[in-house]
Amino acid sequence: MAERGAVPNVPRARQRALHAVRSLFTPLLPDDYLELINPLWSTQELRGRVERIEQETPDAVTVLIRPGYEWVGHRPGQYLRIGIVVNGVHHWRAYSLTTDPGRPDGLIGITPKLVDSGKVSPFLVHKARPGDIVRLGGVEGTFVLPDPPPERLLFISAGSGITPIMSMLRSLDRDDALTDVVHVHSSRTADDVIFGEQLRDLDSRRPGYKPHLQLTGEAGRVSPADLDRLCADWRERHAFVSGPGEMLDALVRHWREEGDPELLEMERFQPVIGGDAVAGEGGAIRFLTSGLEAECDGGTPILVAGEEAGAELPYGCRMGICHTCIGKLCKGEVRDLRTGEVHGEKGEMIRTCVNAPEGDVAIAL
Amino acid sequence: MSTTATAPIDTQVQSPLAHLSEEQLEELGREFDAIRDRVMDELGDRDRRYIESMIEMQRRLAVLGRILLLASRNRGGWWAGTSALSAAKILENMEIGHNVMHGQWDWMNDPRIHSSTWDWDTASTAEAWKHSHNYVHHTYTNIRGKDKDLGYEIMRIDPAQKWNPVYLAQPFYNLILMALFEWGVALHDLDFEAIRKGRKPKHQVKRELKGIAGKAKSQIVKDYIAWPLVSALAATAVDVVVETRRQRNAPRGLLGRVKRRRKGRWAPVVEAALDSGSKTFRATAKADATANIVRNVWAYAIIFCGHFPDQTYTFSQKEVEGESRGGWYVRQLTGSANIEGSPLFHVASGNLSFQVEHHLFPDMPSSRYAEIAPQVKDVCERYGLPYNSGPFLQQLGMVQRTILRLALPGGRPRPKPGPYRGESNGNGSGH
Repeated sequence: MAERGAVPNVPRARQRALHAVRSLFTPLLPDDYLELINPLWSTQELRGRVERIEQETPDAVTVLIRPGYEWVGHRPGQYLRIGIVVNGVHHWRAYSLTTDPGRPDGLIGITPKLVDSGKVSPFLVHKARPGDIVRLGGVEGTFVLPDPPPERLLFISAGSGITPIMSMLRSLDRDDALTDVVHVHSSRTADDVIFGEQLRDLDSRRPGYKPHLQLTGEAGRVSPADLDRLCADWRERHAFVSGPGEMLDALVRHWREEGDPELLEMERFQPVIGGDAVAGEGGAIRFLTSGLEAECDGGTPILVAGEEAGAELPYGCRMGICHTCIGKLCKGEVRDLRTGEVHGEKGEMIRTCVNAPEGDVAIAL
Repeated sequence: MSTTATAPIDTQVQSPLAHLSEEQLEELGREFDAIRDRVMDELGDRDRRYIESMIEMQRRLAVLGRILLLASRNRGGWWAGTSALSAAKILENMEIGHNVMHGQWDWMNDPRIHSSTWDWDTASTAEAWKHSHNYVHHTYTNIRGKDKDLGYEIMRIDPAQKWNPVYLAQPFYNLILMALFEWGVALHDLDFEAIRKGRKPKHQVKRELKGIAGKAKSQIVKDYIAWPLVSALAATAVDVVVETRRQRNAPRGLLGRVKRRRKGRWAPVVEAALDSGSKTFRATAKADATANIVRNVWAYAIIFCGHFPDQTYTFSQKEVEGESRGGWYVRQLTGSANIEGSPLFHVASGNLSFQVEHHLFPDMPSSRYAEIAPQVKDVCERYGLPYNSGPFLQQLGMVQRTILRLALPGGRPRPKPGPYRGESNGNGSGH
């Protein structure tokens, strides 16, 4: 089954009323008819309407969305699963929310940056229009500002890694808590800086906000060693870092060697799932429903190997979050491509999108 | 065609693929695969708009029908409401329900329009129907003894089926099946043969029966209690308003006062309201029953024209042993027959008027069948294969004739049209 949106916060009275008349509409639901009037009225899954699209840079936009029901809220730094129809096909993606939870207009926003080879980001950056309907899934993620926020903060971001940080900055700003924050942000050129204007605005209004912008096209990358110069007391600050994997790896090492790893929080974008063919054993996969067989190396998710062999398999997020792709493991063991952990008991429901076979397996899909 | 009366039935009709070599069959399989791949690769916005607008239209029609039926005690209201509701039920059953549950729209990855979540407004549960139809019928199409849709186990539709005195009654129960088709299909999904032979575990039979009972209950509550009640209440409300107003304008003189005293002021209002309420209740219930029967008869007609007209071939289990992919395609192709008609007719039939294309590619969106039909015909022409097709009444007539004839013992396969020879030559009758 395909992934659905989150269960919306429907007022009790409306729930009761819809429940009372449902036998007039079976096998459909009253919702299926209400949707004809307004797709946001569905009580079966949360949807949203694109309200505004703001160009941030030539290849990044902020999409502001009005949720169909009162927003459940999020913590600054969390991401949203969002379902978008591109050329007839429903795709689910996770994007950091770039708005802060306290917005009085109730809108929520994400800020996708164009990935040329992608499906969803080209649509959002170039084709999405106000009025488009999207599905809103759950809000997730543990990369969040503690409550109350630490007194001294250090944000390190690069490229579109700034998106969860922006939500944090906005939230701190709204709560008058932007009192001692150092922000080191890297971008290739000045034109590429997402939220450049907003950051300048914060800089002018909030003396406690101390940004450093590194244009890597001219000045090269920020190395961990530069931190002593950019933020002398980095060891004492609660650090939130978000950006490409190599940057995060370097920072983790640095914190481990010279700082306090306890004070480092990070967000990895586009978790790289698999790709390293010799990471695990791999094996043959038998799909019991279709009877198809697929050979799979140790770095390829079962889902991908199955699709390549022609099996029609359920999928949603393709990153181990939504559980749309689960299938019962009937034989063998699998390896979680995110953690390297080998697991699998007979009858266990496994996510095919993040597991590779470890030896021969059979799956009831 | 070389047929002799004494030959065993299996050889009375020469297999339609006898003239094809293994290599040719393989090549034909590849050609059909290529037609499928081309369409599946190109599915997109246009297709999504099609099914979404079809679903939207169906729901609007249903709403329109229910609203018109609020005035079902009025003749015009009854007819208009019944027509709209029948049309909605037909669309819901065929172009939408049947096709969504085939997985034709699963590629959209949309949780609302997906074979795993869809349910339809008929007596069959989605689960049981998907098994008996998508799996059994579409896999073993027209294999005698394996395709349980061949006569639905209660009719002798092929002369190779052994005669039994029960079949004498088939012209009658054929008519009953026509009117109650959805119930026939629901019971058929149970697979009585499997139950009798103990091949189906008891708990499964129980679960399936419970499923049908559940579907029956919700249809009865909806069509014969809830909506008639809504109509009745609406009619009563209107009458109370009208009657009250009339009372207010009643003669105020001595005579009027006497009359009112004799009958009571509100008695006529209550009487009129109850009367129109019960009339409307019955009228709406009758309208709903009619819409269900119209849908049943229509579904029956289209579906019987899919595999039972004279042109179609049936196969023995021996013939299909070790069948190749190409052989499977040829069996689907020759075991099915199309119905010719207008675009509206095709939509109303759920595009099952493209039965041939549907059986070749059951999970291809139905809106694409018309588009690939010329490519399928082209393959038929080049490989010397029949492309079965005919006008609606002719096809339905043949089916009814077969049902009448085969109620009696004996009977021989009808002559087959032979290879398709292009549009200009028609596709001929037996020769």
